[in-house]
Amino acid sequence: MPKVAIVGYGQTKFSKDNFKIESVLQNATKNLFDSTSNLSQKDIDAVLVSTNNNSKYLSAILSEMIGIKPKIAHTIESLCNSGTNSIVAAYSYIVSGLAELVLISGAERYDSPGNILEWDNLRGEFKHPIFWASIFSKSYKRKHSLTDEDLALVSVKNHRQSIKNPYAFSQKAVSIEDVLNSKKLTDDLRLLDCSRPCTGGASILLASENICKTFTDNPVWITGIGQKTTSASFTKNSTFDKMESTKLAALHAFQMSNHTPNNIDVIEVHDAFSVCEPMALDSIGLVKEGEGIKMIKEAYLTENSKINPRGGLIGSGHPLGATGIAQTIEITQQLQSNAGKRQVDNANVGLVHNMSAAATSSTVLVLEK
Amino acid sequence: MNFESELRNGNFLISECNHCKKIVWPSSEFCNECLGRNSWRKCSRTGKIIEFSKHEESYFCVAVIENSIKLIGEITSGSPKIGKKVVIIDCGIVNDNYFFKMKVLD
Repeated sequence: MPKVAIVGYGQTKFSKDNFKIESVLQNATKNLFDSTSNLSQKDIDAVLVSTNNNSKYLSAILSEMIGIKPKIAHTIESLCNSGTNSIVAAYSYIVSGLAELVLISGAERYDSPGNILEWDNLRGEFKHPIFWASIFSKSYKRKHSLTDEDLALVSVKNHRQSIKNPYAFSQKAVSIEDVLNSKKLTDDLRLLDCSRPCTGGASILLASENICKTFTDNPVWITGIGQKTTSASFTKNSTFDKMESTKLAALHAFQMSNHTPNNIDVIEVHDAFSVCEPMALDSIGLVKEGEGIKMIKEAYLTENSKINPRGGLIGSGHPLGATGIAQTIEITQQLQSNAGKRQVDNANVGLVHNMSAAATSSTVLVLEK
Repeated sequence: MNFESELRNGNFLISECNHCKKIVWPSSEFCNECLGRNSWRKCSRTGKIIEFSKHEESYFCVAVIENSIKLIGEITSGSPKIGKKVVIIDCGIVNDNYFFKMKVLD
Protein backbone atom coordinates (compact mmCIF):
# COMPACT_ATOMS: atom_id res chain seq x y z
CA MET A 1 0.00 0.00 0.00
CA PRO A 2 1.34 3.51 -0.81
CA LYS A 3 2.57 5.46 2.21
CA VAL A 4 0.98 8.69 3.43
CA ALA A 5 2.84 11.36 5.39
CA ILE A 6 1.96 14.41 7.44
CA VAL A 7 4.05 17.23 6.00
CA GLY A 8 2.63 20.47 7.43
CA TYR A 9 0.30 21.98 9.99
CA GLY A 10 -1.08 25.22 11.42
CA GLN A 11 -3.34 26.18 14.31
CA THR A 12 -5.13 29.10 15.91
CA LYS A 13 -5.31 29.73 19.64
CA PHE A 14 -8.39 28.10 21.17
CA SER A 15 -10.56 30.77 22.80
CA LYS A 16 -14.08 32.03 23.42
CA ASP A 17 -13.73 34.59 20.62
CA ASN A 18 -16.74 35.37 18.46
CA PHE A 19 -14.97 34.79 15.13
CA LYS A 20 -16.78 33.70 11.98
CA ILE A 21 -16.15 30.09 11.08
CA GLU A 22 -14.70 31.10 7.69
CA SER A 23 -12.18 33.33 9.44
CA VAL A 24 -11.08 30.53 11.80
CA LEU A 25 -10.60 28.16 8.85
CA GLN A 26 -8.65 30.78 6.92
CA ASN A 27 -6.37 31.66 9.86
CA ALA A 28 -5.48 28.03 10.62
CA THR A 29 -4.74 27.43 6.92
CA LYS A 30 -2.70 30.62 6.59
CA ASN A 31 -0.59 29.45 9.55
CA LEU A 32 -0.06 26.12 7.79
CA PHE A 33 1.15 27.88 4.61
CA ASP A 34 3.44 30.14 6.65
CA SER A 35 5.14 27.19 8.32
CA THR A 36 5.39 24.79 5.37
CA SER A 37 8.30 25.07 2.93
CA ASN A 38 7.75 25.16 -0.84
CA LEU A 39 3.96 24.93 -0.58
CA SER A 40 1.95 26.52 -3.36
CA GLN A 41 -1.84 26.65 -3.69
CA LYS A 42 -1.67 24.94 -7.08
CA ASP A 43 -0.10 21.82 -5.52
CA ILE A 44 -3.18 20.98 -3.46
CA ASP A 45 -5.47 18.36 -4.99
CA ALA A 46 -8.12 18.22 -2.29
CA VAL A 47 -9.49 20.48 0.43
CA LEU A 48 -11.48 18.86 3.24
CA VAL A 49 -13.19 20.85 5.98
CA SER A 50 -13.97 19.29 9.35
CA THR A 51 -16.69 21.05 11.30
CA ASN A 52 -20.12 20.79 12.90
CA ASN A 53 -20.93 24.38 11.97
CA ASN A 54 -24.19 24.90 10.11
CA SER A 55 -22.64 27.06 7.38
CA LYS A 56 -22.68 25.34 4.01
CA TYR A 57 -20.11 24.81 1.24
CA LEU A 58 -17.21 25.61 3.55
CA SER A 59 -14.56 23.64 1.66
CA ALA A 60 -15.29 25.61 -1.50
CA ILE A 61 -15.37 28.84 0.51
CA LEU A 62 -12.03 28.06 2.18
CA SER A 63 -10.53 27.14 -1.21
CA GLU A 64 -11.71 30.47 -2.64
CA MET A 65 -10.34 32.41 0.36
CA ILE A 66 -6.92 30.73 0.12
CA GLY A 67 -6.73 30.70 -3.68
CA ILE A 68 -6.94 26.96 -4.26
CA LYS A 69 -8.86 25.28 -7.08
CA PRO A 70 -8.96 21.69 -5.84
CA LYS A 71 -10.17 18.61 -7.68
CA ILE A 72 -11.92 17.41 -4.55
CA ALA A 73 -13.57 19.65 -1.95
CA HIS A 74 -16.14 18.78 0.69
CA THR A 75 -17.03 18.96 4.37
CA ILE A 76 -16.90 16.08 6.84
CA GLU A 77 -19.03 16.04 9.99
CA SER A 78 -18.99 13.33 12.63
CA LEU A 79 -19.45 15.34 15.84
CA CYS A 80 -16.29 15.23 17.97
CA ASN A 81 -14.23 12.89 15.77
CA SER A 82 -14.82 14.86 12.58
CA GLY A 83 -11.13 15.81 12.59
CA THR A 84 -9.62 12.33 12.48
CA ASN A 85 -12.40 11.13 10.17
CA SER A 86 -11.26 13.84 7.76
CA ILE A 87 -7.67 12.64 8.08
CA VAL A 88 -8.80 9.10 7.25
CA ALA A 89 -10.69 10.40 4.21
CA ALA A 90 -7.60 12.33 3.06
CA TYR A 91 -5.45 9.23 3.57
CA SER A 92 -7.86 7.24 1.40
CA TYR A 93 -7.80 9.80 -1.40
CA ILE A 94 -4.01 9.63 -1.47
CA VAL A 95 -3.77 5.83 -1.28
CA SER A 96 -6.37 5.49 -4.05
CA GLY A 97 -4.36 7.80 -6.32
CA LEU A 98 -7.12 10.39 -6.59
CA ALA A 99 -4.91 12.96 -4.84
CA GLU A 100 -1.27 13.44 -3.90
CA LEU A 101 -1.57 16.42 -1.57
CA VAL A 102 -4.60 17.04 0.66
CA LEU A 103 -5.28 20.02 2.90
CA ILE A 104 -7.57 19.38 5.87
CA SER A 105 -8.83 22.27 7.92
CA GLY A 106 -10.95 21.81 11.03
CA ALA A 107 -12.74 24.62 12.84
CA GLU A 108 -15.50 25.23 15.32
CA ARG A 109 -17.10 28.08 17.21
CA TYR A 110 -17.80 28.08 20.96
CA ASP A 111 -21.53 27.88 20.21
CA SER A 112 -21.30 24.82 17.96
CA PRO A 113 -24.55 22.94 17.27
CA GLY A 114 -22.46 19.77 17.59
CA ASN A 115 -22.58 19.96 21.37
CA ILE A 116 -26.07 18.41 21.40
CA LEU A 117 -27.17 15.34 19.44
CA GLU A 118 -30.83 15.92 18.61
CA TRP A 119 -31.28 12.35 17.37
CA ASP A 120 -30.62 10.82 20.77
CA ASN A 121 -34.05 11.02 22.33
CA LEU A 122 -33.25 7.96 24.41
CA ARG A 123 -31.62 10.49 26.67
CA GLY A 124 -35.00 12.14 27.28
CA GLU A 125 -34.39 15.68 28.45
CA PHE A 126 -30.86 14.70 29.49
CA LYS A 127 -29.29 15.40 26.10
CA HIS A 128 -26.37 17.51 27.20
CA PRO A 129 -23.06 15.58 27.24
CA ILE A 130 -22.64 16.19 30.99
CA PHE A 131 -25.32 13.56 31.60
CA TRP A 132 -23.68 10.70 29.72
CA ALA A 133 -20.38 11.75 31.29
CA SER A 134 -21.98 11.53 34.73
CA ILE A 135 -23.25 8.04 34.02
CA PHE A 136 -19.81 7.00 32.70
CA SER A 137 -18.14 8.48 35.79
CA LYS A 138 -20.49 6.76 38.20
CA SER A 139 -20.11 3.39 36.48
CA TYR A 140 -16.34 3.60 36.15
CA LYS A 141 -15.88 4.68 39.75
CA ARG A 142 -18.10 1.88 41.00
CA LYS A 143 -16.49 -0.80 38.82
CA HIS A 144 -12.94 0.10 39.82
CA SER A 145 -13.48 1.48 43.35
CA LEU A 146 -12.35 5.00 42.44
CA THR A 147 -13.24 8.35 43.96
CA ASP A 148 -13.98 11.81 42.57
CA GLU A 149 -10.51 12.76 43.80
CA ASP A 150 -8.93 10.02 41.68
CA LEU A 151 -10.65 11.30 38.54
CA ALA A 152 -9.86 14.95 39.41
CA LEU A 153 -6.18 14.17 38.85
CA VAL A 154 -6.85 13.97 35.10
CA SER A 155 -7.90 17.61 35.08
CA VAL A 156 -4.99 18.65 37.31
CA LYS A 157 -2.48 16.90 35.03
CA ASN A 158 -3.96 18.22 31.82
CA HIS A 159 -4.25 21.80 33.06
CA ARG A 160 -0.61 21.62 34.11
CA GLN A 161 0.39 20.38 30.66
CA SER A 162 -1.71 22.91 28.75
CA ILE A 163 0.35 25.77 30.22
CA LYS A 164 3.14 24.64 27.88
CA ASN A 165 0.80 24.72 24.86
CA PRO A 166 0.57 28.25 23.41
CA TYR A 167 -2.64 27.35 21.54
CA ALA A 168 -4.47 26.01 24.60
CA PHE A 169 -7.60 27.63 25.99
CA SER A 170 -6.45 27.20 29.60
CA GLN A 171 -3.15 28.65 30.74
CA LYS A 172 -3.77 28.09 34.42
CA ALA A 173 -2.81 25.27 36.78
CA VAL A 174 -5.49 23.84 39.03
CA SER A 175 -5.29 21.67 42.17
CA ILE A 176 -7.31 18.64 43.21
CA GLU A 177 -9.19 20.94 45.60
CA ASP A 178 -9.91 23.40 42.77
CA VAL A 179 -11.48 20.58 40.74
CA LEU A 180 -13.50 19.18 43.63
CA ASN A 181 -14.65 22.67 44.65
CA SER A 182 -15.53 23.81 41.15
CA LYS A 183 -19.20 24.10 40.21
CA LYS A 184 -21.04 20.86 40.84
CA LEU A 185 -22.87 19.97 37.62
CA THR A 186 -24.11 16.60 38.88
CA ASP A 187 -23.24 14.33 41.80
CA ASP A 188 -20.51 12.79 39.60
CA LEU A 189 -19.17 15.73 37.61
CA ARG A 190 -17.63 19.12 38.40
CA LEU A 191 -17.04 21.96 35.95
CA LEU A 192 -13.28 21.35 35.94
CA ASP A 193 -13.87 17.71 34.98
CA CYS A 194 -15.16 18.98 31.62
CA SER A 195 -13.54 20.11 28.39
CA ARG A 196 -14.91 23.47 27.30
CA PRO A 197 -16.55 24.22 23.95
CA CYS A 198 -14.48 26.92 22.29
CA THR A 199 -13.54 28.65 19.08
CA GLY A 200 -10.48 27.30 17.31
CA GLY A 201 -8.96 25.93 14.14
CA ALA A 202 -6.35 23.37 13.14
CA SER A 203 -5.08 22.53 9.66
CA ILE A 204 -2.91 19.66 8.51
CA LEU A 205 -1.34 18.68 5.18
CA LEU A 206 -1.10 15.06 4.00
CA ALA A 207 1.09 13.98 1.09
CA SER A 208 1.99 10.87 -0.87
CA GLU A 209 5.43 9.35 -0.39
CA ASN A 210 6.36 10.56 -3.90
CA ILE A 211 6.17 14.24 -3.02
CA CYS A 212 6.43 14.47 0.76
CA LYS A 213 10.11 15.48 0.81
CA THR A 214 9.23 18.61 -1.17
CA PHE A 215 7.66 20.05 1.98
CA THR A 216 9.60 18.63 4.92
CA ASP A 217 12.72 16.70 5.83
CA ASN A 218 10.82 15.09 8.70
CA PRO A 219 7.64 13.51 7.38
CA VAL A 220 5.54 11.66 9.94
CA TRP A 221 3.86 8.54 8.59
CA ILE A 222 0.32 7.40 9.22
CA THR A 223 0.86 3.68 9.61
CA GLY A 224 -2.25 2.55 11.45
CA ILE A 225 -5.92 3.48 11.15
CA GLY A 226 -8.83 2.01 13.07
CA GLN A 227 -12.40 3.22 13.09
CA LYS A 228 -15.49 1.75 14.68
CA THR A 229 -19.02 3.02 15.09
CA THR A 230 -21.16 0.86 17.37
CA SER A 231 -24.30 3.07 17.34
CA ALA A 232 -25.40 6.69 17.49
CA SER A 233 -27.26 6.63 20.80
CA PHE A 234 -25.60 6.78 24.21
CA THR A 235 -27.74 4.12 25.85
CA LYS A 236 -26.87 1.61 23.12
CA ASN A 237 -23.46 1.24 24.78
CA SER A 238 -23.35 -2.27 26.19
CA THR A 239 -21.64 -1.00 29.37
CA PHE A 240 -20.87 2.46 30.73
CA ASP A 241 -17.44 1.64 32.16
CA LYS A 242 -15.54 0.97 28.95
CA MET A 243 -15.39 2.22 25.37
CA GLU A 244 -16.23 -0.64 23.03
CA SER A 245 -15.75 1.36 19.82
CA THR A 246 -12.35 2.54 21.05
CA LYS A 247 -11.24 -0.99 21.87
CA LEU A 248 -12.12 -2.19 18.36
CA ALA A 249 -10.67 0.85 16.59
CA ALA A 250 -7.40 0.49 18.51
CA LEU A 251 -7.20 -3.19 17.68
CA HIS A 252 -7.53 -2.43 13.96
CA ALA A 253 -4.97 0.40 14.12
CA PHE A 254 -2.44 -1.81 15.90
CA GLN A 255 -2.99 -4.64 13.41
CA MET A 256 -2.49 -2.32 10.44
CA SER A 257 0.64 -0.72 11.87
CA ASN A 258 2.20 -3.93 13.21
CA HIS A 259 2.64 -2.23 16.55
CA THR A 260 1.39 -3.15 19.99
CA PRO A 261 0.35 -0.91 22.87
CA ASN A 262 3.82 -1.47 24.37
CA ASN A 263 5.42 0.39 21.46
CA ILE A 264 3.51 3.63 21.99
CA ASP A 265 5.75 6.42 23.27
CA VAL A 266 3.27 9.31 23.29
CA ILE A 267 -0.51 9.40 23.13
CA GLU A 268 -3.35 11.86 22.64
CA VAL A 269 -6.61 10.55 24.10
CA HIS A 270 -10.06 12.10 23.93
CA ASP A 271 -10.56 13.41 27.48
CA ALA A 272 -13.83 15.21 26.81
CA PHE A 273 -14.41 14.59 30.55
CA SER A 274 -12.00 13.37 33.25
CA VAL A 275 -13.36 9.84 33.24
CA CYS A 276 -12.74 9.49 29.50
CA GLU A 277 -8.96 9.52 29.88
CA PRO A 278 -8.56 6.39 32.06
CA MET A 279 -11.38 4.66 30.19
CA ALA A 280 -9.60 5.31 26.89
CA LEU A 281 -6.23 4.09 28.22
CA ASP A 282 -7.95 0.88 29.38
CA SER A 283 -9.86 0.38 26.15
CA ILE A 284 -6.88 1.05 23.89
CA GLY A 285 -5.02 -1.65 25.82
CA LEU A 286 -2.21 0.52 27.18
CA VAL A 287 -3.02 -0.86 30.64
CA LYS A 288 -5.14 -3.65 32.07
CA GLU A 289 -8.81 -2.80 32.49
CA GLY A 290 -9.24 -0.44 35.43
CA GLU A 291 -5.59 0.61 35.65
CA GLY A 292 -5.88 3.80 33.58
CA ILE A 293 -5.86 5.97 36.69
CA LYS A 294 -2.74 4.21 37.97
CA MET A 295 -0.95 5.05 34.70
CA ILE A 296 -2.14 8.67 34.94
CA LYS A 297 -0.97 8.96 38.57
CA GLU A 298 2.46 7.62 37.69
CA ALA A 299 2.78 10.02 34.76
CA TYR A 300 1.70 12.94 36.93
CA LEU A 301 4.03 12.17 39.83
CA THR A 302 7.05 11.62 37.56
CA GLU A 303 6.18 14.69 35.43
CA ASN A 304 6.05 12.48 32.35
CA SER A 305 3.75 14.19 29.85
CA LYS A 306 3.37 11.24 27.46
CA ILE A 307 -0.45 11.18 28.00
CA ASN A 308 -2.03 14.24 26.40
CA PRO A 309 1.12 16.40 26.30
CA ARG A 310 -0.72 19.43 24.84
CA GLY A 311 -3.13 19.38 27.81
CA GLY A 312 -5.84 17.19 26.35
CA LEU A 313 -9.29 18.51 25.58
CA ILE A 314 -9.72 19.55 29.23
CA GLY A 315 -6.70 21.85 29.14
CA SER A 316 -6.65 22.85 25.47
CA GLY A 317 -10.38 23.33 24.95
CA HIS A 318 -12.61 21.37 22.59
CA PRO A 319 -13.51 23.05 19.29
CA LEU A 320 -15.09 19.86 17.98
CA GLY A 321 -14.09 19.89 14.30
CA ALA A 322 -10.55 21.02 15.10
CA THR A 323 -9.88 18.70 18.03
CA GLY A 324 -8.82 15.52 16.20
CA ILE A 325 -6.58 17.54 13.90
CA ALA A 326 -4.95 19.38 16.81
CA GLN A 327 -4.36 16.03 18.54
CA THR A 328 -2.70 14.70 15.38
CA ILE A 329 -0.56 17.83 15.06
CA GLU A 330 0.65 17.32 18.63
CA ILE A 331 1.77 13.74 17.97
CA THR A 332 3.41 14.88 14.72
CA GLN A 333 5.38 17.56 16.55
CA GLN A 334 6.38 15.06 19.23
CA LEU A 335 7.68 12.59 16.64
CA GLN A 336 9.55 15.38 14.86
CA SER A 337 11.15 16.40 18.19
CA ASN A 338 9.55 19.76 17.60
CA ALA A 339 7.23 20.03 20.61
CA GLY A 340 9.33 22.53 22.58
CA LYS A 341 8.70 22.46 26.33
CA ARG A 342 6.17 19.66 25.86
CA GLN A 343 8.67 17.31 24.22
CA VAL A 344 8.49 13.69 25.40
CA ASP A 345 11.81 11.80 25.40
CA ASN A 346 12.45 9.16 22.72
CA ALA A 347 9.14 9.63 20.91
CA ASN A 348 9.22 7.30 17.90
CA VAL A 349 5.68 5.96 17.72
CA GLY A 350 2.55 7.87 18.75
CA LEU A 351 -1.18 7.27 18.92
CA VAL A 352 -4.23 9.54 18.48
CA HIS A 353 -7.62 8.62 19.95
CA ASN A 354 -10.60 10.75 18.96
CA MET A 355 -14.23 9.80 19.64
CA SER A 356 -17.80 10.98 19.36
CA ALA A 357 -21.04 10.96 21.30
CA ALA A 358 -20.27 8.93 24.43
CA ALA A 359 -17.82 6.70 22.58
CA THR A 360 -20.41 5.41 20.15
CA SER A 361 -17.78 6.09 17.45
CA SER A 362 -13.99 6.13 17.73
CA THR A 363 -11.03 6.72 15.47
CA VAL A 364 -7.49 5.64 16.35
CA LEU A 365 -4.41 6.60 14.36
CA VAL A 366 -0.87 5.26 14.79
CA LEU A 367 1.84 7.66 13.63
CA GLU A 368 5.59 7.10 13.37
CA LYS A 369 8.80 8.74 12.25
CA MET B 1 -50.82 6.66 14.95
CA ASN B 2 -47.17 7.49 15.21
CA PHE B 3 -44.65 7.45 18.02
CA GLU B 4 -44.35 11.17 18.54
CA SER B 5 -48.05 12.00 18.35
CA GLU B 6 -48.76 9.31 20.94
CA LEU B 7 -45.89 10.43 23.18
CA ARG B 8 -47.25 13.96 23.06
CA ASN B 9 -50.39 12.54 24.64
CA GLY B 10 -48.43 10.73 27.33
CA ASN B 11 -48.57 7.31 25.64
CA PHE B 12 -45.30 5.39 25.40
CA LEU B 13 -45.16 3.18 22.30
CA ILE B 14 -42.31 1.15 20.90
CA SER B 15 -41.74 -0.19 17.43
CA GLU B 16 -41.59 -3.95 17.02
CA CYS B 17 -40.72 -5.88 13.88
CA ASN B 18 -43.70 -7.70 12.36
CA HIS B 19 -41.35 -10.38 11.05
CA CYS B 20 -38.67 -11.15 13.69
CA LYS B 21 -40.39 -9.45 16.66
CA LYS B 22 -37.29 -7.44 17.58
CA ILE B 23 -37.99 -4.25 19.53
CA VAL B 24 -36.45 -1.39 17.58
CA TRP B 25 -35.53 1.72 19.51
CA PRO B 26 -35.33 4.61 18.80
CA SER B 27 -38.62 3.98 17.07
CA SER B 28 -38.37 3.44 13.36
CA GLU B 29 -40.35 2.24 10.34
CA PHE B 30 -38.14 -0.74 9.63
CA CYS B 31 -36.33 -3.35 11.72
CA ASN B 32 -32.57 -2.82 12.03
CA GLU B 33 -32.02 -6.59 12.13
CA CYS B 34 -34.06 -8.07 9.27
CA LEU B 35 -35.29 -4.79 7.72
CA GLY B 36 -38.88 -6.00 8.04
CA ARG B 37 -41.66 -3.47 8.61
CA ASN B 38 -42.30 -2.48 12.21
CA SER B 39 -45.59 -1.79 13.90
CA TRP B 40 -46.35 0.13 17.07
CA ARG B 41 -47.39 -1.33 20.35
CA LYS B 42 -47.72 -0.10 23.92
CA CYS B 43 -44.56 -0.54 25.94
CA SER B 44 -44.30 -1.80 29.48
CA ARG B 45 -43.86 1.10 31.87
CA THR B 46 -41.82 -0.92 34.34
CA GLY B 47 -38.05 -1.11 34.16
CA LYS B 48 -34.90 -1.73 36.17
CA ILE B 49 -32.26 0.83 37.15
CA ILE B 50 -28.81 0.05 35.74
CA GLU B 51 -27.14 3.40 36.56
CA PHE B 52 -28.02 6.74 38.08
CA SER B 53 -26.67 10.11 39.17
CA LYS B 54 -28.11 13.34 40.55
CA HIS B 55 -28.57 16.75 38.91
CA GLU B 56 -29.38 19.58 41.28
CA GLU B 57 -32.12 18.16 43.51
CA SER B 58 -33.28 15.39 41.19
CA TYR B 59 -31.92 11.94 40.53
CA PHE B 60 -31.84 10.66 36.96
CA CYS B 61 -31.25 7.11 35.90
CA VAL B 62 -30.74 4.76 32.99
CA ALA B 63 -33.46 2.12 33.14
CA VAL B 64 -33.87 -1.01 31.05
CA ILE B 65 -37.42 -1.58 29.84
CA GLU B 66 -38.66 -4.98 28.63
CA ASN B 67 -35.08 -6.29 28.99
CA SER B 68 -34.36 -4.48 25.77
CA ILE B 69 -34.39 -0.71 25.53
CA LYS B 70 -32.57 1.73 27.79
CA LEU B 71 -34.02 5.13 28.67
CA ILE B 72 -32.80 8.06 30.70
CA GLY B 73 -35.43 9.61 32.90
CA GLU B 74 -35.87 11.81 35.93
CA ILE B 75 -36.67 10.07 39.20
CA THR B 76 -39.42 12.07 40.84
CA SER B 77 -40.04 9.77 43.78
CA GLY B 78 -37.97 7.27 45.77
CA SER B 79 -34.25 6.57 46.22
CA PRO B 80 -32.48 4.93 43.31
CA LYS B 81 -30.30 1.86 43.66
CA ILE B 82 -28.85 -0.41 40.99
CA GLY B 83 -31.31 -3.21 40.26
CA LYS B 84 -34.32 -1.48 41.79
CA LYS B 85 -37.54 -1.38 39.77
CA VAL B 86 -38.94 1.88 38.41
CA VAL B 87 -42.22 2.73 36.77
CA ILE B 88 -42.68 5.45 34.17
CA ILE B 89 -45.34 7.68 35.71
CA ASP B 90 -45.32 10.37 33.03
CA CYS B 91 -43.87 10.90 29.58
CA GLY B 92 -44.31 13.36 26.77
CA ILE B 93 -42.65 16.02 24.65
CA VAL B 94 -41.86 19.53 25.85
CA ASN B 95 -39.98 22.05 23.72
CA ASP B 96 -39.22 19.25 21.21
CA ASN B 97 -37.52 17.15 23.91
CA TYR B 98 -38.85 13.79 25.02
CA PHE B 99 -39.18 13.39 28.77
CA PHE B 100 -39.69 10.37 30.99
CA LYS B 101 -40.49 10.70 34.69
CA MET B 102 -40.01 7.64 36.85
CA LYS B 103 -40.88 6.49 40.35
CA VAL B 104 -38.75 3.99 42.25
CA LEU B 105 -40.72 0.97 43.43
CA ASP B 106 -39.71 -0.27 46.86
